[in-house]
Amino acid sequence: MKTVYLDNNATTRTAPEVVDAMLPFFSDLYGNASSMHSFGGQVERHLARAREQVAALIGAHPAEIVFTSCGTESNNAAIMGTLYSYPAKRHIVTCRTEHPAVMNVGHHLQSRGYRVTELGVDRQGNLDLDELRGALCDDTALVSIMSANNETGVLFPVDTIAAITRERGIPFHTDAVQAVGKIPLNMADNAIDLLSLSGHKLHAPKGIGALYIRKGTRFAPFMIGGHQEGGRRGGTENVPSIVGLGKAAELAGDRLEEENTRVRQLRDRLESQLLARIPNALVNGNPDCRLPNTSNLSFEYIEGESILMLLDEEGICASSGSACTSGSLQPSHVLRAMGVPFTAAHGSVRFSLSIYNDAADVDHVIEVMPAIIERIRDMSPFWKDFQAGKPMSSFFTGGDAEHHLHG
Amino acid sequence: MWDYSDKVKDHFLNPRNVGEVENPDAVGEVGSLACGDALRLTLKLDENQRIKDIKFQTFGCASAIATSSALTEIAKGMTLEEAEKISNQDLAEFLDGLPEEKMHCSVMGKEALDAAIANYRGVKMVKGEFEIVCKCFGVTDLEIERVARDNSLTTLEQVTDFTKAGGGCQACHPKIKEILAGLWKILPEEPAEKTVPAGKKLSNLQKIRLIEETLEREILPPIRSDGGDLELIDIDGNTIYVALRGNCSFCPQSQFTLKNFVEAKLREFVSSELVVEEVKS
Ligand SMILES: Cc1ncc(COP(=O)(O)O)c(C=O)c1O
Ligand code: FES
Repeated sequence: MKTVYLDNNATTRTAPEVVDAMLPFFSDLYGNASSMHSFGGQVERHLARAREQVAALIGAHPAEIVFTSCGTESNNAAIMGTLYSYPAKRHIVTCRTEHPAVMNVGHHLQSRGYRVTELGVDRQGNLDLDELRGALCDDTALVSIMSANNETGVLFPVDTIAAITRERGIPFHTDAVQAVGKIPLNMADNAIDLLSLSGHKLHAPKGIGALYIRKGTRFAPFMIGGHQEGGRRGGTENVPSIVGLGKAAELAGDRLEEENTRVRQLRDRLESQLLARIPNALVNGNPDCRLPNTSNLSFEYIEGESILMLLDEEGICASSGSACTSGSLQPSHVLRAMGVPFTAAHGSVRFSLSIYNDAADVDHVIEVMPAIIERIRDMSPFWKDFQAGKPMSSFFTGGDAEHHLHG
Repeated sequence: MWDYSDKVKDHFLNPRNVGEVENPDAVGEVGSLACGDALRLTLKLDENQRIKDIKFQTFGCASAIATSSALTEIAKGMTLEEAEKISNQDLAEFLDGLPEEKMHCSVMGKEALDAAIANYRGVKMVKGEFEIVCKCFGVTDLEIERVARDNSLTTLEQVTDFTKAGGGCQACHPKIKEILAGLWKILPEEPAEKTVPAGKKLSNLQKIRLIEETLEREILPPIRSDGGDLELIDIDGNTIYVALRGNCSFCPQSQFTLKNFVEAKLREFVSSELVVEEVKS
């Protein structure tokens, strides 16, 4: 059976060109760039090239790029590195729909005595900029807001946020792990101080990331060790992966237009066709301000894990924000923060495409999905009641439905 | 991805006895849409009082559907007295086991069957006989005790895996621990480190500082992760006035959270005499 991979926000296929670019660094070119012999030293040239490639993708200067081990490290380094630089300040601002790699850093800091403001979002996943303005104070050390949400694809107005924080003299970090390579970014045109990206979301391997640190931004190293990365991140460079990330960044730059035209059209067709063919389906996240590759749909009165299992039977890979798949007992924190009603929160499915998808992939999903949804709904007592126009018995909706609606 | 047995996959992909029995002799409904899984069981008896027909409708994950299907297969042909003896372990074993975190699916199956039998006999659970311990998932003390006893559960995490109780706002954690302690006659664990040696009197300033610290460290993180917030308004002697913000302010469970979680934590870390009151704003 052919695999139809529509889970590119989870991770992407490593581009074959990237693998080719990496291979020599596992065999002939295994030297350490810091060595005092030319055998090791020749590697430095390739690191420099990769740094240029990554910088070019986001309109930065190569000296502003620090390689890290992943997006999570970039986020940790940005937050902790800033807090180390402003030891007197004890307040940070994030948002309720952040990835755990920011959100849980916030919770960790909270348990260590920091004050953390988590800004809310509306039903479509949008931030309220006035709420942001109101949250800033003299004690605020950092604002960290994602560029694009991994579950819904919703884009945040990071340029505007950066302008607001710049005016207040507060550093701004953005977790752009889902945005880099999918939408154009130009650091020359904005006031973002720190930006995280991760290789495996843009067709580089897993376990490589980068942190952009704008020139002049206060930053103390998070990973303390050797003098690598200009003293901003200790540890012998992961040369093959850095070279791979460089190549992937170059390819992503070349393919940005395709991502925003062909891939976007595929996503739009998938979404509109599913909505047209399946009743009681809705889009999660602002449809007018989203990544071009992401579609998060909820199918009411059924549960996401069973949908994924039946999709899996068809070779289709997607993900869900339902409780059963999140490993907790509640639906995803993103959907809860958006106040998605509980009739829909458990039945969400995220499709995320890449340039490796084609019309046949999307057609396959459009073809099999209605029957899958119907099959699961045929087993659902709520769907039966809904169809019969019966009121949901209070026992079935739970005595404290409100809690779930808002919690 | 969950590691489901082939039997679970089979019963999910080819569920037996889906639907609703016409003119059923008994109906059992458990779970809720809010909780993420629910099961409606309908059944009919033959002239010998044996289950002739039994069908299910389930909202939930693959293992919830598989367990429902297994339940109908096992129960078919049994008398209600026999069916009553089916345990949640029987359901899990029939399916060659369930992942630990999914054991609550087997418990839900067992409960739907019990509910159907009670429905047939016309028995109703009388309010007052039980207390809802976990408001997030509507789990009673009786249920926690029974499931813990039947499955030899000794830890809070196990209770959550089997009943879901405690998997939400965490306000019910102390109560669940208490039930476990009562059941297995073990003393509730002492708080890891008491900041204040018992009996030592705190100055007002020390007390205020300790209250603030406890709020930031122990109380606010779980509340905020659930979309709520809480603000310390005033401290008057042993009475602490707080205001609920964010999602908490319109959550019907907030009083419960206030007493069972906020007050309990402050008593644990600051002083056993504290009382928490809500200021409406
Ligand atoms: C928005 C966002 N931030 C951070 C990460 C973490 O990146 P990594 O897996 O490289 O640590 C991810 C990926 O899961 C993500 O989607
Ligand atoms: S988790 Fe039990 S009351 Fe919320």
